[in-house]
Amino acid sequence: MIPTFLQRAPIRRLLIVLGIVAVVELITGPPGSNQYPTSGFTGSYAEAASFFGLFRTQRWVEFVALALVAWGIVEFWTRFGATIRSRGSVALAGPRQVSEKRPVRVGFALALLVLGILLPHIVNNAFWQSALVTYVAIYVLLAIGLNVVVGFAGLLDLGYVAFYAIGAYTTAWVTGALPTPPPFGHPLDAFWAIPFAVVFVVIAGVLLGAPTLRLRGDYLAIVTLGFGEIITIFANNLYGITGGSTGTKQIPHPVFHVGPIKYTWGLAPVPYYYLALGSVVLFLVVFSLLQRSRVGRAWTAIREDEVAAESLGINPLKFKVMAFAVGAASAGFAGVITASADNFLFPSSFTLVFSINILVLVILGGMGSISGVVVGAIIIQVIQAYLNHTPPAGYQQPDLYIYVGALLITMMIFRPAGLIPSRQRRREITLYETSHEGHPDEVLLGDDV
Amino acid sequence: MGSFGHYLATHFDTLKAEFWFLFVGGVANGLLYAMVAVGYTLVYGVLRLINFAHSEIFMSGGFAGYFVLRAMVGSTVPAGFMSVLIIVLGIAAAGTAGAAAATLVERVAYRPLRRRRAPQLAYLISAIGASYFLFNLAGKEFGHLSVGDPQPYINHTVFTIFGAPVLMYDLIILIVSVVMFLALDWLVGRTRLGRGIRSVAQDAETASLMGVNIDRTIAITFIVGGALGGVAGFLYGLNIGVVYNMGFVPALKAFTAAVLGGIGNLRGAVLGGLLLGIVENLCVVFVQAAYIDVVAFGILVLVLLVRPTGILGERLGRTA
Repeated sequence: MIPTFLQRAPIRRLLIVLGIVAVVELITGPPGSNQYPTSGFTGSYAEAASFFGLFRTQRWVEFVALALVAWGIVEFWTRFGATIRSRGSVALAGPRQVSEKRPVRVGFALALLVLGILLPHIVNNAFWQSALVTYVAIYVLLAIGLNVVVGFAGLLDLGYVAFYAIGAYTTAWVTGALPTPPPFGHPLDAFWAIPFAVVFVVIAGVLLGAPTLRLRGDYLAIVTLGFGEIITIFANNLYGITGGSTGTKQIPHPVFHVGPIKYTWGLAPVPYYYLALGSVVLFLVVFSLLQRSRVGRAWTAIREDEVAAESLGINPLKFKVMAFAVGAASAGFAGVITASADNFLFPSSFTLVFSINILVLVILGGMGSISGVVVGAIIIQVIQAYLNHTPPAGYQQPDLYIYVGALLITMMIFRPAGLIPSRQRRREITLYETSHEGHPDEVLLGDDV
Repeated sequence: MGSFGHYLATHFDTLKAEFWFLFVGGVANGLLYAMVAVGYTLVYGVLRLINFAHSEIFMSGGFAGYFVLRAMVGSTVPAGFMSVLIIVLGIAAAGTAGAAAATLVERVAYRPLRRRRAPQLAYLISAIGASYFLFNLAGKEFGHLSVGDPQPYINHTVFTIFGAPVLMYDLIILIVSVVMFLALDWLVGRTRLGRGIRSVAQDAETASLMGVNIDRTIAITFIVGGALGGVAGFLYGLNIGVVYNMGFVPALKAFTAAVLGGIGNLRGAVLGGLLLGIVENLCVVFVQAAYIDVVAFGILVLVLLVRPTGILGERLGRTA
């Protein structure tokens, strides 16, 4: 059916590379519209473009050139990749051993913390100072929370945004910014929202988790997705309780007031950055301790093989619900900080898109690897902030999601354990994929069967 | 309590008065859900996976149909033979687009993982990635605003059932979906190809030992499910118009329908779709329109908790 010369490996790889580069050209090209549906396509290939600033040309020339270069790299890597990798791992074995020693790791973490503290003074630029809070710190907080659910316990939660929304709405409620009267009849400071938010998200996590966590993985994903949507529908329509689709714009800045110490947060982003950084550090410590505790080991056991875990006396449902609730806590925290930093909230910010964006942060860094997730979140969020701040020609904000989708597929195909995988996870995936024993959920339909 | 009783009484009166009207609309919606649900169930049968990207197959069918209509429908609404021709062309284009999108998803997001025997979580994530990629790409190329389909026929009342009007639109859905369901039933139940699909669903390894080409069978399953999903997208767009994220809510409901009827069970998917469409439409009487999606989702959770195998039960590999 397919001519034989097309089936030869290098030619096949060339065709695949051509396809991929064509898609890259398309998603980086100009947008179309429903009036001119072809303009995006023609513009992506036929429009004049500067070739990396070197000379003026057409986009299709750029496309061919890029494809050939990429093909060259692919061919080089298929031929010499294995050697380079094995040499690399031999060369890196020494440094890796050093880096895995406890004092080195602690020292590294402390150095990063100092860098984190100094960062707002290093960037000294109004946009980036506020981006550190709204784009980076909040998302790191969310990502490490989702990592507990997806990474540690292996549960795909597509409604994670719901917990974030609950945190934000709780803040608005406690500070008296919603039509619902605040607790105890009078508005409280935003700091009081934290205990309320944590209690609420944990309750929501248990309520959602207890019935649904018995379900298989894919059912769980779809039920959580629906849950996230429902939270948005309610937030949008319960005018008397949530303020409806217009949300609220009157959330006050928090004030810290204990004894003689009084500090008021204002419009400046840097104090919020420290608030968020403090929460990130707190949750990092809590989550890494949890990971190494009995609970963390139970999560790993359930993730690897639920039946085996159960036969060892672990109650899977209990630990899954716990993962849900624990992971939700940091999202609740993030919701509180965002709501009080922004002073406003709209139900339209809490959509499925949001949950998936957080999922991407977790996947890129490496599910189950705390340091990986932090790094992944920082990378993606800095890129997003940069693109939104200085968009290149033809870039619209929703285009980011195209890249995000492509990234999810690419990671799953080439590096499912993430950029900085946890050692355990990497071993698990290799074991899983090389084992020839049947697994109940496994799709035993490889090429060779 | 009294006021609640009053609430129920008045609403039941409305329900009685509006029943057949809502029923007809519910059947039309339900048939559309069923066409999408069949796609979920087919893929679930051979791969044991929920194809998260199915919503985008629906969307691509919607857009393909929209472009055919834009090319064919002039300034006046066509009638007679011309209407039929345009609709047939739209169905063909939408089915092809749906099948193409499904094939693409299978090749790019599923097959590489299948080769590597990846764990289930990886499939889910890569499918979500595919869905995300496709609908946002559609948003970039065709704009982020909803646009109405040009009407290829005059949407008049064809006949009435108990006083409830059955519109041309409802009739088209009925005819197209019934023809497609019958064809599918024949394909899966009576042909060699269908036997292959059923055998893979039952036991992939044994099927391959018996000489069934698994890669090919899976590809064909995606094509069949994709074609149905694409056509459903076109029919949906005829009434509601098309937009890049149009697939999300109908797909979630179709999934509910598939689970309701028993996932992996083709007749169950049709039954579940019809049931969900009707129940959902009747609920319009009791809840505000904004909460209708909550009803469908509530049904999903309830079914998963009470009877996760659905009404007709999960049937993998047995006849239809």
